[in-house]
Amino acid sequence: MSVPIMEVRDLAKFFPLASQGIFSRVKGDNKAVNGISFSIRPGETLGLVGESGCGKSTVGRTILKLYEPTSGSIIFEGEDISNYSNSQMKALRTKMQMIFQDPYSSLNPRHTVGSIIAASYEIQKIVPEGGVKKAVQELMERVGLNPEHYNRYPHEFSGGQRQRIGIARALALKPKFIVCDEAVSALDVSIQAQVINLLADLRDDFGLSYLFIAHDLSVVQHISDRVAVMYLGKIMELADVDSIYNSPHHPYTKALLSAVPLPDPLLEEKREQIVLSGDLPNPADPPAGCVFNTRCWKAKEVCFATQPELLQVGSSQVACHFPE
Amino acid sequence: MGPGVDTPTAGSDLAKILKTHYRAQMASIGLVGAGLVSRSPRELAWRRFRANRIGIPAAVASVGIAFFAIFAPLIAWAINVNPNDRDGTAITERGQTIGRFGGMSWNHPLGVEPGIAYDLLARLMYGARISFMVAVISTFATVALGLIIGIVSGYYRGRVDSVFGRFTDFLLAFPSFFMIIALSGPTIQRIERSGIARDNSARILYLIVILSFFGWPYFSRIIRSQVLSLRERDYVVAARALGASNRRIIFKELLPNLWTPVIVYVSLALPGYLAAEAVFSYLGIGIQPPSASWGLIIADSTKYILSEPTYFFIPAISLILVVLSFNLLGDAIRDALDPKSEQS
Repeated sequence: MSVPIMEVRDLAKFFPLASQGIFSRVKGDNKAVNGISFSIRPGETLGLVGESGCGKSTVGRTILKLYEPTSGSIIFEGEDISNYSNSQMKALRTKMQMIFQDPYSSLNPRHTVGSIIAASYEIQKIVPEGGVKKAVQELMERVGLNPEHYNRYPHEFSGGQRQRIGIARALALKPKFIVCDEAVSALDVSIQAQVINLLADLRDDFGLSYLFIAHDLSVVQHISDRVAVMYLGKIMELADVDSIYNSPHHPYTKALLSAVPLPDPLLEEKREQIVLSGDLPNPADPPAGCVFNTRCWKAKEVCFATQPELLQVGSSQVACHFPE
Repeated sequence: MGPGVDTPTAGSDLAKILKTHYRAQMASIGLVGAGLVSRSPRELAWRRFRANRIGIPAAVASVGIAFFAIFAPLIAWAINVNPNDRDGTAITERGQTIGRFGGMSWNHPLGVEPGIAYDLLARLMYGARISFMVAVISTFATVALGLIIGIVSGYYRGRVDSVFGRFTDFLLAFPSFFMIIALSGPTIQRIERSGIARDNSARILYLIVILSFFGWPYFSRIIRSQVLSLRERDYVVAARALGASNRRIIFKELLPNLWTPVIVYVSLALPGYLAAEAVFSYLGIGIQPPSASWGLIIADSTKYILSEPTYFFIPAISLILVVLSFNLLGDAIRDALDPKSEQS
């Protein structure tokens, strides 16, 4: 097997909860990401799902070194970048990019589309072949925008078009790896499909690898090769997309899947609904043992005592004492 | 731009009218030929500003007043008045003005000052020059200081922010008005002794420095809170993901989004400082005679408030008008720059 484009080992990102003031004291940590490992092969798309606040966006930002990891290693193309400084990262940034959730806050309202996309070249001091304007217009065309709208401002575009601008910006430097942080969550369903198809096309054309973060399982199913399910800063289950959807092993995965509405009302009526009670525990103070034990219907004594490792179960990796 | 088909005049070419109509329609949806009608945020703000019924008159009044101050010598020369000429023929031996409304006449359009017989219009115009100078420089210094400190504390946060934050708290809690009065004597003396400036220049310098010093914390608070919210926007994260430096993020991503608070604050601070200069001159800390200042004129006019009411009302109303028109202009600019306030 080839070298993974992105490999993460025991990654943790804690945000200190400090009291305000000159003499601030650290009062504990928000353990947003607490020891996760995965790898992404070239050309592969790894879906990352989980409910709000489980740390999936933090994973995306930490592996791009937009946050400093607390511990663990981030290995990009065989190179351990976890301790790289900003200046060391700068050259690598041409190879790894990000697409954002909110098409409104991801584009600076004071810049034209042309200058937003061209910023990539400006920052990296790269002069594309044929000039910046030509390159930008080609990108706009590639993502399905009218290249004549070069001089327009973001507010003149719809949400879907703005998302395409964000995609063009991420593509400008010809990256190999893109973190799609809820890239379609803010869009209408019909537009979601268009943008997902665009992302899939671009992946095939440019040989991109994605970390596709989403909370919508059906979206992830469509685009991913493998899926990781996250809960409270940890990976609960990691498997091929078919295994996750057809034979989920972790109770949390089952619960998530049972929440996906089925188009067939007869099936929808017949199937077992798992409704999780309670909220996500406080990530600053995660429960002892398995982090899911506060909401799990299968929790036994051992679940409150020891933390389950991510182990191979069939073709999947599952972190559960009682996998199905 | 309305379509021109409603009133086709006799003999007009129908095809031409239809063409105009078509072009108007195309223009309304942003397509004229190959050219695209694109409006920048600035153009949109200007459109909203023009649609505001208060904005234009307030702007005209503000610019007009500034014009009078800037071109005071020229206007004074043109209408043949002089702020330092006493016109003995305009007052009686006891110093009362001759004629109605404080001695208004063709020679003295706003009358003369009782007792000393200076031309009031000339004094007002020359006084406005000093007031505007103090206000403009203080505003500029306040905004520059507030912008730099606000951006630094909002962007870098942490210890820098704590230190600046406590210092702004300290300044805001300081009894500044009292301090400006209490410190004026020794500080002005010190400025004079150091040889930087003397007399009225030293007083003007003192006012500018002290007003700016106590003024910036308000603005740096506004900027800091704006930067705190802006720095978390996805486009800032996107710039960082592209490898942008802090410098680039501050100048290219943050600063363009801070012009709105800057413009609004300028238009609100300027009349404030204008009035402050008048107040301090009134209290005797600012400009001293024989130089003209609105505060001095108002202070002097209170002596004659019963016998010469116009002498009091003209500078007082002028001050109110200036402050009001600048404030209204500031409100209109803020409404124009805030897209959420769009009414149409």
